Amino acid sequence: MKISHKFGLAAAIAVMGLSLVACGSKGSSSSASNKTVKYSAALVTDGGGVDDKSFNQSGWEGLEAWGKKNGLKKGVGGYNYAQSNSDADFTPNINKLIQAKYKTIFGIGYKLESAITNAAKANPKTNFVIIDDVINRKNVASVTFKDNEGAFLAGVAAAKTTKTKKVGFIGGQHGAVIDRFEAGFRQGVAAVDKNISVDVKYANDFSKPDVGQALANAMYNNNEDVIYQAAGGTGMGVFSAAKNQIKKKKVWVIGVDRDQTAEGKYSGGNLTLTSTVKGVDIAVEKLADDVKNNDFPGGKTITYGLKEKGVKLVKGNLDAAAWKAVQDYQQQIIDGKIKVAEKPSQLKK
Amino acid sequence: MNLITLLLTVVSTTLVYSAPMIFTAIGGTFSERSGIVNVGLEGIMVMGAFSSVVFNLFTAKLFGSATPWLGLLVGGLVGVLFSLMHAVATINWRTDHIISGTVLNLMAPALGVYLSKLIFDGKGQTDVIQRPLANVTIPGLSDIPVVGQIFFHNTSLVAYFGIIVAVFSWWVLKYTRFGLRLRSVGEHPEAADSVGISVYRYRYMGVMLSGLLGGIGGAIMAESITLNFSISTIVGQGFMSLAAMIFGKWNPIGAMGAAIFFGFAQSLAIIGKYIPVIANVPNVWFTLAPYLITIIVLVAFIGKSQAPAADGSTFIKSR
Repeated sequence: MKISHKFGLAAAIAVMGLSLVACGSKGSSSSASNKTVKYSAALVTDGGGVDDKSFNQSGWEGLEAWGKKNGLKKGVGGYNYAQSNSDADFTPNINKLIQAKYKTIFGIGYKLESAITNAAKANPKTNFVIIDDVINRKNVASVTFKDNEGAFLAGVAAAKTTKTKKVGFIGGQHGAVIDRFEAGFRQGVAAVDKNISVDVKYANDFSKPDVGQALANAMYNNNEDVIYQAAGGTGMGVFSAAKNQIKKKKVWVIGVDRDQTAEGKYSGGNLTLTSTVKGVDIAVEKLADDVKNNDFPGGKTITYGLKEKGVKLVKGNLDAAAWKAVQDYQQQIIDGKIKVAEKPSQLKK
Repeated sequence: MNLITLLLTVVSTTLVYSAPMIFTAIGGTFSERSGIVNVGLEGIMVMGAFSSVVFNLFTAKLFGSATPWLGLLVGGLVGVLFSLMHAVATINWRTDHIISGTVLNLMAPALGVYLSKLIFDGKGQTDVIQRPLANVTIPGLSDIPVVGQIFFHNTSLVAYFGIIVAVFSWWVLKYTRFGLRLRSVGEHPEAADSVGISVYRYRYMGVMLSGLLGGIGGAIMAESITLNFSISTIVGQGFMSLAAMIFGKWNPIGAMGAAIFFGFAQSLAIIGKYIPVIANVPNVWFTLAPYLITIIVLVAFIGKSQAPAADGSTFIKSR
């Protein structure tokens, strides 16, 4: 017992020492950058790094572009990010950034909703931005994307490309966001040809590539030749399944959130048909600018759709006919002639 | 889907899913048979996955189609190095095995991301490899009617390799001098020591074998399924392997069987939706199925699973 007591004491002293050191470094760095602290900004990822080839990376690219434009440096007083490796990291990450006196803090992804809400309550002078969800507080701006509009175009692209009249959709987890993807995709396919079947499956996880691969393998064996994946890390398995099938027959993957052409490269070409791109970077850059111009839209919800170029479909490997169809439908959505459903339940049978 | 395609899909997804776990679970068996509990399998897999992807990215041009296979070897060797930490801590320094293993698990993902940031210009996630461990159609065997179609078409060669390794490991543990000594060290180290067997040496070998096979398991996961390395490449497969090892009663063939069974349950949940009658069953049952089936099989058919007697103990050579 004695030994453990001593050990406990030593550990406590060590921890205190560490925290003192931490305080010291924080104090010095924030005083050194008093000039720029006014519009410094940082983001918290929703699981995964800022190079997840998807959502978080896009947000970080926006913040980097903004920082460079304004001559800021990465770090305290400029722009920075905090990586969350699990949901338990959200609150500590936000607190860390608040203590480092970042003026605006972005929560990238709906998973951060409750963490941002609590932080916003406790820190009324800090600006918060939540991406993909809505928080009604004065110091929080909410950004949502009309993913359903991008997904609709993905549906058009899939319908124009499929030879087997069967396409697939693999979602990460049920929820408001992925519902938009599913609804838009199904509506887009049906807009082109009602007889094309859409096989909808969920992996129930955003980071299970092995399940993604098994799902995609089953779909391709079921003669579905285009799969749209909206499943984050799980989607990596869809690409590897497609690469196993491509030796036997022509199959495609439609990427999500970023241009995933690089993921589709294989020895005989590329199997990424196209990708729906979510302009998290555009939204982040715009909001950071707003703060700088003293025009932070706190308490408001900003929606980015095709019209605002917040979502789009890249040309990728689409053939000319499919690309033309995509552009036609895009114009109709922008003009308001087509309303894209947000939930699968809103779709007509 | 017709019947043959259905079965082909079940078999190939089962094998792809279970291949990483087969190797890792056998690795765990070697370690625990020598008396060292190895909960660090997850961390070992992470390092195996990371090193194989890095190797693959840098040498794909040099080695061509042999790259992914060499990548497995590299993953295994890095796994050995990484597991040595566990060996030193538990065997020489008499640390609690669970704590040391947990340290491996905590350290590996962070180390992997940190190293990839160093190597790839600050990117915490690597690019996609161009030479994956692809599915193959095995020549000869695939020409057998029906069976060949189902088992040897566009399937995971490395899983079959895993089955061979399992049988070989079983033979090694049961019939060779090395295997007997390894087991004696895990059952009663004092007795083994009294007849002149070096307990430390055999325990080191047990842990290093778990590092080798766990590293290979991680490399398979990265090179055949995710095709890159990121924080979410290995999420729980190491723990699943640990479960497979216990499920398989600390026997390499049992562990292999359990790993394949896990894969089968998972694949059934996915394929079930394509079988006409079952397809109408509510979705939630498909999601539950792998876990339900596992519990039922565990309780009804497997019975009590007994760990090696000295598993998790530290051996102190007196005098």
